Amino acid sequence: MINAVGREIPEEVLKATGKKVFEGAYAYDNYEYTKAAPTVHAVCDPKRSKMVENIHEALVKCGIKDGMTISFHHHFREGDYIVNMVMEEIHNMGIKGITICASSLGKAHDPIVPMIEDGTIVGIQSSGVRGKIGEAISTGKLRDLAIMRSHGGRVRAIESGEVHIDIAFIGAPTCDEYGNMKANGGKSDCGVLSYAVVDAEYADKVVAITDCLVPFPNVPASISMVHVDYVCVVDAIGNPAKIATGAAKPTTDVRKIMMADYCTQFVINTPYFKEGFSYQTGVGGASIASTISLGKIMEERGIHMGLGLGGITTPMCNLLEKGLVKTLVDTQDFDMGAIESIKKNPNHIEITASEYANPFNKGAYVNKLDFVILASLEVDVNFNCNVVVGSDGMITGAQGGHPDTAAGAKCTIVIAPLLQGRIPAICTNVTTVTTPGETVDVVITDYGIAINPKRQDLIECMKDVKLPFKTIEELRDMAYAMVGEPDPVQFGDRVVGIIEARDGTIIDVVREIKDYEFKD
Amino acid sequence: MEVKKAAMAGTLESSDAQVTVEPGNGKIELSIESSVIHQFGKQIKATILETLNRLDVTDAKVTVVDKGALDCTLKARVECAVYRSNDITENLPWGGVIK
Repeated sequence: MINAVGREIPEEVLKATGKKVFEGAYAYDNYEYTKAAPTVHAVCDPKRSKMVENIHEALVKCGIKDGMTISFHHHFREGDYIVNMVMEEIHNMGIKGITICASSLGKAHDPIVPMIEDGTIVGIQSSGVRGKIGEAISTGKLRDLAIMRSHGGRVRAIESGEVHIDIAFIGAPTCDEYGNMKANGGKSDCGVLSYAVVDAEYADKVVAITDCLVPFPNVPASISMVHVDYVCVVDAIGNPAKIATGAAKPTTDVRKIMMADYCTQFVINTPYFKEGFSYQTGVGGASIASTISLGKIMEERGIHMGLGLGGITTPMCNLLEKGLVKTLVDTQDFDMGAIESIKKNPNHIEITASEYANPFNKGAYVNKLDFVILASLEVDVNFNCNVVVGSDGMITGAQGGHPDTAAGAKCTIVIAPLLQGRIPAICTNVTTVTTPGETVDVVITDYGIAINPKRQDLIECMKDVKLPFKTIEELRDMAYAMVGEPDPVQFGDRVVGIIEARDGTIIDVVREIKDYEFKD
Repeated sequence: MEVKKAAMAGTLESSDAQVTVEPGNGKIELSIESSVIHQFGKQIKATILETLNRLDVTDAKVTVVDKGALDCTLKARVECAVYRSNDITENLPWGGVIK
């Protein structure tokens, strides 16, 4: 069946998953549903301790068995030790058929690939995957369909009961013996625990894993003891050097700086750039550069940002320090500067992933965005974006908040260099659709800027602005003139993964990759 | 032109290609490895064969390790490798002189 972004979703996938095809970014507005609930065990005897000796004891007490779904958060990013630590113990216990439902997985988790191959892990549900897990899924090694969900989509899937978590393992930089968890004050600080909150609320069993046990009560807690069954102390939950790197140096790449300048010029010429505007940006070099150049203009014109949202980096915190931002609302910290900021600045606050982006709650922060500045691996002439599957067909990225913020913001800007080596970023058809074009308003490249024709209002207000405006087709044609027209990837027939839209429908599928064959 | 001995041109840097030519067994024997094989395999092969044809090379073993080079780069690397196999290193007819 063909969905609203023109992708063929095979009947057998619809049948196997019970899902529907994507019908449009706002098709589920006012959707009525009953929330799921976990089956929990009361702790009313004050003599009972929640402390366990090790991961093994936690697993035994939680009743780990074949076929369970377990969950993890990714606030420790490439420095995470929790996933590998828990999976290694599950593997040693000979448990099979596990589904991992993580907020994201990265290269740090390459060691679980042999467990995919031997059937310990049969399902992966994540924002995305990189490294060897991506290769394992793309080459058909995972038994079940991998499911890629946006950050908001994951909360929706858990709260609506689409996925039920048997045991949640939550790495906590500090924790007390009753399970009150905080993101800061330990050896492996990660700033916030936003993604893990839904796991704590909806999993049957919740295990807090910490390397810094602190006296009771550890308050104010990011995640409360009322959700926690067991507390396990380990030597290290992560590698601090990889959890948060120092602030990335502002880019010196003239191409990125030029795109950032185009972006800033575009932003300030829209009607949304006014006192109290709201803004989110990604962590790419051009996005960060555009935050810096926008900050200068805000200062000159005395315009303040009312809300800075999202994954937070040092340049946003610097604007907060300068008084140019009223409130920073945070679900993830990408560098040390952001972590230090949330520790000390009362106007830098932690929110849950549900508050951030869940399309099925009664209104998320993303809905209040004026601007979001995003990147993309590919953008097609219908403005559809691909941020998960590489142009070579291999799964190598994550949805993150891309579709959530694009759907929410009044002005969604995607920055992408026209060419990455020989690969054109602007193309006729993206390899895989992850963000629908109807939610993408502007594409900025180093060769020109294209405004989505459905935004005639933006086209109108840019009429007298001196920026190199082009149609999206013109941009594609310039790219193809330089590198040639790329052939579509030769995929196999088997579907190995689905790209879930925010609302749980299928926006695209990912097929097994096969070796390239010359066709003479 | 005849490929008289093994010769190489190009690097393994991103957006370049390393082309090796060796004396052949009576025909063109072409092997291509590329970081963009799925999207551009067909075009890379056509460009290499066309360039060899223009140079009138009909008997060679040609190995291409491509890192996303544009067609102009591929052509230049093939030409250079073939000339080097003939020890021609000066007064090269660059710039489309070779028809």
